[in-house]
Amino acid sequence: MTIADLTKGESAVFINIHGGWGIRRRLEAMGLRPGIVITKISDQIFGGPIIIKVGKIEFAIGRHMARRMIVQRIGGLE
Amino acid sequence: MKTLLLMGNPNVGKSALFARLTGVHVVAANYPGSTVEYTKGYLKIKDERWEVIDVPGTYSLDPTSKAEEVAVRMLSQGDIIINVVDATNLERNLNLSLQLLKKRIPMLMVLNFWDETTHKGIHIDNVKLQHLCGIPVIPTTAVSGEGVKNLVEIIPSAKISSVKYSTKNRWNEIGKIVADVQVLEHKHHTIGELIGEATIKPFPGIPMAAVVLFLSFMLIWWIGESIKAFVMDPLFDFLLGPLLHNLSDVLGSGSVLHNLLIGRLMDGSIDFEASFGILTTGLYVPFAIVLPYIIMFYFVLSLLEDIGYLPRLGILLDRAMHIVGLHGMGFIPMLLALGCNVPGVMALRTIESKKARFISATLMAIAIPCWGQLAVIISMLGRTGPVGFTIYFFTLVVVWLGLGIILKRGVKGESLEIFSEIPPYRIPYIKALFKKVWMRMFHFLKEALPFVFLGIVVVNLLYMSGIIYILGDIASPVLTSLFGLPKETVGALIVGVLRKDVAVGMLVPLGLSFKQVVVASVILTIYFPCMATFLLLLKEIGVKDMLKATAIMIVTFLTVGTVLNIILSLLL
Repeated sequence: MTIADLTKGESAVFINIHGGWGIRRRLEAMGLRPGIVITKISDQIFGGPIIIKVGKIEFAIGRHMARRMIVQRIGGLE
Repeated sequence: MKTLLLMGNPNVGKSALFARLTGVHVVAANYPGSTVEYTKGYLKIKDERWEVIDVPGTYSLDPTSKAEEVAVRMLSQGDIIINVVDATNLERNLNLSLQLLKKRIPMLMVLNFWDETTHKGIHIDNVKLQHLCGIPVIPTTAVSGEGVKNLVEIIPSAKISSVKYSTKNRWNEIGKIVADVQVLEHKHHTIGELIGEATIKPFPGIPMAAVVLFLSFMLIWWIGESIKAFVMDPLFDFLLGPLLHNLSDVLGSGSVLHNLLIGRLMDGSIDFEASFGILTTGLYVPFAIVLPYIIMFYFVLSLLEDIGYLPRLGILLDRAMHIVGLHGMGFIPMLLALGCNVPGVMALRTIESKKARFISATLMAIAIPCWGQLAVIISMLGRTGPVGFTIYFFTLVVVWLGLGIILKRGVKGESLEIFSEIPPYRIPYIKALFKKVWMRMFHFLKEALPFVFLGIVVVNLLYMSGIIYILGDIASPVLTSLFGLPKETVGALIVGVLRKDVAVGMLVPLGLSFKQVVVASVILTIYFPCMATFLLLLKEIGVKDMLKATAIMIVTFLTVGTVLNIILSLLL
């Protein structure tokens, strides 16, 4: 499943992103590395960006990119 | 002279620290990427002068944007690196720190936002961290200046770390360090976090954004207008007015010097809006008409910046920005351009894709008026009620959207999606806020005044020499036939190249009809950005793209001017 499939408030482990080396490196540099726990905060309406939280940091991620970010569910609602 | 580099992730407070160290104030803001070009300053430590460079923030040493490239290039010039770290985000920040340690340049680490760790329930053992990293570690709160004195004393003892890390297992290494030095207290959400989440959800985020924007504009409007009416106008009428009358008598109406300094008298007296002398209109436009609104605009902008609201507004507007091939963060340069197009163009460096940069630059140059120009337009159109500037704004929105949709389809390249860190809300540090407003205001006056005076001189030369009439005849097929404007408007178009606010002011003495004022205001906005913006754009996007943008500009202004003239002729 991907970040786009998570429901609001759900946490998951980030596995990887479908994409080139460049984007993977960029995500990693920003702290989004495989194995880290993320929580989905909100969806924007009309297919806008998805907001996730990693530790204390919030990220805004475009919908298409979120669909390429593979995660593994770990539990229910926060 | 030795060079100190301030390096770190975006939005960790490098610029605030730089200001503290050097006394040179740079515009800092609470969002990633507010510094796009490096700034130099100097610091004295024990009679030795050091050069300090505020480097744009970077997440890693493999740059992904233009601003980050600047950062990596700077590395070779540094004798000492001050690695600024956000203490509330230790893990992510250490990723860059470990890369920097490998560069074998003497280094020290600053744990900034130290005050925030307390209320976020984060405890960091900085002595242990110092031991693990092999370099001095100093906690600071740059914005209030706490810990900075201590930092200055420790700078000379920066050293090359002898600790070894394997690059492959970097995150493991970082994980170990963090586990060793940091204890997280379980805390419930802080108020900042709760508001942070609320303002970014479509509901209540979007209605809240509408309220914030509405209040911002009303605040700029009301207070700006009050400053003009109760401070500036009395100063000009009762203080400068009588002095200039005496000067006018001495110089004698009609002499060349009188024309340049005082301008033409209206019914025997000075009219600050219409006389067009350097000391009359040349001072009245920048100080009385524009400055009050500029102060308020920059106050509101700086406040929203420091709180950290702008990126959230960008996220809420993301979908709308996609219509023109940009993403949410592309909204910030547009907003900055509304103050002055020059900082707006500088901010384009944060945009990752070439296509989006070109679209932003073109839309900005054509459809975003600067506040100087807006102030004069508002004061001119405001006399006839709200209809005039409603048409004006509506036209600009249509041009911005229409042109954006065409460019999105027509320009090759890909439009990237939003991917950005959202800064936490912070309570602005009032002293820093006022300092920033003051700097931006000072910058406005420094940049504007020479061009305002030059513009006034050009106006007078055009009229005195009679060249204006020749140019008017040349331009009349376009101006008169297509736009329905008098030939003399050509003067405003010429001066508008130098300074838009003066150019709009030149419409006042022409005695235009309501329709003509609206058409002329729109045309003056879109036909050309001012010279300063044009030259900077040339540097930022290159000659080839600028030629394309200029061609688009010409087609747009001819089309919009003609269409607007026809529509308004039918309606009014």
